[in-house]
Amino acid sequence: MSKLLTSFDSAIQQIEDGATIIVGGFGLSGIPEKLIIALRDKGVKDLTIVSNNCGVDDWGLGLLLENKQIKKMIASYVGENKLFEQQFLSGELEVELVPQGTLAERLRAGGAGIPAFYTATGVGTEVAKGKEHKEFDGRTYIMEKGIVGDFAFVKAWKADHFGNLVYRKTARNFNPVVATAGKVTIVEVEELVGTGELDPDEIHTSGVYVQKVLVGKDYEKRIERLTTANA
Amino acid sequence: MTRQLILERAVKEIQDGMCVNLGIGMPTLIANMIPNDFNVMLQSENGLLGIGPYPKKVEVDPDLINAGKETVTAKAGASFFDSAESFAMIRGGHIDLAILGGMEVSENGDLANWMIPGKMVKGMGGAMDLVQGAKRIVVIMDHVNKHGESKVKKSCTLPLTGEKVVHCLITELAVFQFSEAGMELIELQNGITLDEVKSKTEADFTISPSIEIKA
Repeated sequence: MSKLLTSFDSAIQQIEDGATIIVGGFGLSGIPEKLIIALRDKGVKDLTIVSNNCGVDDWGLGLLLENKQIKKMIASYVGENKLFEQQFLSGELEVELVPQGTLAERLRAGGAGIPAFYTATGVGTEVAKGKEHKEFDGRTYIMEKGIVGDFAFVKAWKADHFGNLVYRKTARNFNPVVATAGKVTIVEVEELVGTGELDPDEIHTSGVYVQKVLVGKDYEKRIERLTTANA
Repeated sequence: MTRQLILERAVKEIQDGMCVNLGIGMPTLIANMIPNDFNVMLQSENGLLGIGPYPKKVEVDPDLINAGKETVTAKAGASFFDSAESFAMIRGGHIDLAILGGMEVSENGDLANWMIPGKMVKGMGGAMDLVQGAKRIVVIMDHVNKHGESKVKKSCTLPLTGEKVVHCLITELAVFQFSEAGMELIELQNGITLDEVKSKTEADFTISPSIEIKA
């Protein structure tokens, strides 16, 4: 059975209201922009979205906010977004803030079959409230749980037909752990290559984690903060 | 000017051969001040060790940004990795130094730098991971707020980023170090008197013998 699909709409057909979707990307870099647009167009609601950030007002996950499709957001930093602020203050949007490293590790753990782990991150802060504390070798840690999503949306640079993935530069970010943490992982790429064309030594994500692959065209790759040497 | 004073003192914390994480905002400016003959690898939480200078216009690449979402370059010897590995590096104690901004620091080394109650919550990003994981935490901030109130507190009033995590605090007035014994004033910035530091510091601190002599 081929993992390769041609329609973004049919790739997300089975997603229903109330689903938990984990989304790769850091800021607007390495976000699955085509899958997010398809999800916006599909209009499913009451979604729980797990992603480091929540896009900006008119791009990335901000499109789902605009359409009021997100019920709960699990993220580490959401400060780039006025819509987010409005919906949060009005009580429409529930938010769970997770330290960035803890979020990455919760996804890694979820994808690796580890239900929970201990970390010192957040000890003595609001993040630790209500969590199990445990001492190891004289230092206090809190327990954090792994995250598994109904679906995972991933953006990679290249894929082969088996779904082996290669990312590009810092567009890799959360995508490899996100890919492991979805019950159904859907990947969009810039380039599809034949099976065997990727050097096995260079594959970042094994195709074992990937259920569907789509090729996107004309990536916008918006830049949040353009900074140059002569600026 | 006070900012320059703080940055010039902060860059002295960086030694040749270190792997360093510079926080978003003011700490990022330290990157340009590291001596050219130092081999220092700057880490960016989103998955880069070896941040280079900002790109020329033709080099701008949306797939290459820093944790502040600014376009950057990668220097020779740089490596890319995913977010879980990036924080394994931090949490596992492999980053020698993190220089972070602060809102409040307390006399026992608590740091608050991520939220102000009543204002929109933006999130802690990687700050809570960094303060627990990096080998040494240096905080740079103004000594007092815009109302003239000390930001160097007996105990923090803002929600904490971490408890007893600060090793060194650099302000435009002074440099303090923290240990089990408490907070110690170890340097006065040029032209600053001990009395001024005392009057603008809410926290209790001891004074290094080297300063007593100068004073």
